[in-house]
Amino acid sequence: MAILSLQNVSKSFGALKVTDDVRFELAEGEALGIIGPNGAGKSTLFNLIAGNLRPDEGVITLSGRDVTGESPMQRCASGVGRSFQIPQPFGHLSVYENLLVAARFGGGVSGHDAPALCMDILRRTGLAESAAKPAGSLSLLSRKRLELARAMATRPRVILLDEIAGGLTDGECVELVATIRGIHGEGIAIIWIEHVLHALTSVVERLMVLNFGKMLMIGAPDEVMASPEVKEIYLGIEV
Amino acid sequence: MSSSFSKGSARSLGIAIAVVLVLGMIAVPVIGSRALVQDLFSVLTLLVLALNWNMLAGFAGLVSVGQQAFVGIGAYVMFACTILWGLDPLVGVLVGGVAAMLFSIPMAFFAFRLNGAYFAIGTWAVADIARLVASQWTALGGGTGTSLPKGTTKDMFGVPFVKDLLDVSSAAAADAVTYWLALALALAMLTISYVFLRSKMGLGLQAVRDNLEAARSVGINPTRLKALVFTLCAFGTGLTGALIFIQITRVTPQAAFAVIDWTAFVIFIVVIGGIGTLPGPILGALVFYALERLLADYGTVYLIALGLLGIAVMLFARRGLWGLITDRTGFDLLPLGHAPPAPLSETRQPVPERT
Repeated sequence: MAILSLQNVSKSFGALKVTDDVRFELAEGEALGIIGPNGAGKSTLFNLIAGNLRPDEGVITLSGRDVTGESPMQRCASGVGRSFQIPQPFGHLSVYENLLVAARFGGGVSGHDAPALCMDILRRTGLAESAAKPAGSLSLLSRKRLELARAMATRPRVILLDEIAGGLTDGECVELVATIRGIHGEGIAIIWIEHVLHALTSVVERLMVLNFGKMLMIGAPDEVMASPEVKEIYLGIEV
Repeated sequence: MSSSFSKGSARSLGIAIAVVLVLGMIAVPVIGSRALVQDLFSVLTLLVLALNWNMLAGFAGLVSVGQQAFVGIGAYVMFACTILWGLDPLVGVLVGGVAAMLFSIPMAFFAFRLNGAYFAIGTWAVADIARLVASQWTALGGGTGTSLPKGTTKDMFGVPFVKDLLDVSSAAAADAVTYWLALALALAMLTISYVFLRSKMGLGLQAVRDNLEAARSVGINPTRLKALVFTLCAFGTGLTGALIFIQITRVTPQAAFAVIDWTAFVIFIVVIGGIGTLPGPILGALVFYALERLLADYGTVYLIALGLLGIAVMLFARRGLWGLITDRTGFDLLPLGHAPPAPLSETRQPVPERT
């Protein structure tokens, strides 16, 4: 059964339809990439899946259960972990505490098991050295890693990654891809919004293109990238 | 090993100093003057109000300017219990605390729709409505207020016993009883705050304070946590308010619902001491008391000096005096953080004991 499914999901802000009849299914453990120009409604789609926004129309299910009306808190408990495009750390808490609170609440991890889990995730995301630092003092790159790490600490079954590779150097990008592959290898389903295409296509099995809130295409990355329509809209190449 | 030993002994030393300090404070009514007892009573009650406000503003992100509502309701309900219903004033204190807590539920219902500065103004407005309602309570003197009947505190729970024990006047014995209650309240508030803030819920509360949207996304229910803290702090503030007015023995709407006395001074104490820390309000209450004594004869200059000091701290030492101390010395009493565990070795075997 699909772990996540969206059926005819639409959302408008005033007269602007930011999500227009989006429908897709995500298989257990699958990695799906989302691309599209700025303003295509990618982050809005994440807000709908994570429960930060309610759709005007359509149904969202997690493992077959309708969660359309559930709050972000309930979705987290049901296994949706998310990162924010603009990092949202708990600034006065330490990096370690940022994960600890996520593990205790969203992950339902006991006080006894949480420290080891959090340290393990910090090591895998390259943040172990910064564990005791206040999260508010981190650089932008570390904040992006923290977004990924904190989402991991909620022990998700599907994780939503919003442009976490933007602004990284090539070396850092390679590291990040390795980390995300590792997460994927554990059987966690991933939806990843990213402009850094080579990073994205080296992980995901399917690629979706959004434009003006509509799903333009969904399919194997090679096929999608070969489509003239996608080239024109997304890459700005006149065909 | 030697470093952990010295850390352990510093901890024992700290506990020893705290125990001596508390024993000394318990002994004040026996060995100190009545004036000292009264002064310390006002320091302790301000400290409890400050710890409550610090919990709201410093840890829950709820900057309330309406704490005087709970002080006033606690005081008025205590007076009602004593004068109208003939209960012991100390029972009245408890009922006053409960009444303040009950009042905080509808207050939270409305005020939680507002954020930041709007929340502050909203709580202030609600507190002023409470003041206006209290001034309509004709059985308790309406706008001019009322006094506790003469001799009420003489028969208060524990007072005759303390009177005989210490061989002092009834008035002095009543001061001693209220002082001990204030001390117990301050210690309880400090302990509960410490345990709560280090718990799972305390950590969740601080996450909500730092980032509401992210807190929701990691599975925290912000409204539930904030409502819990708001109502519990209303209880603590109401209890303290009722206790303060046993000592004052006279209640008026203006005095019981005074935004300056029960909120502005309390904010000052927390801000100069160090918001979001537990030792901060203690330091702040002591500094405030010292300034009050020092500048008491200068009238309005006193308020101007407090204002200037408050502004200076906000501009140059945003984490307050306690923040300055911890920054300079690295020493922290009652730390609230969760230290990350020592790194495990790659193979996850326990680190061998160093010899």
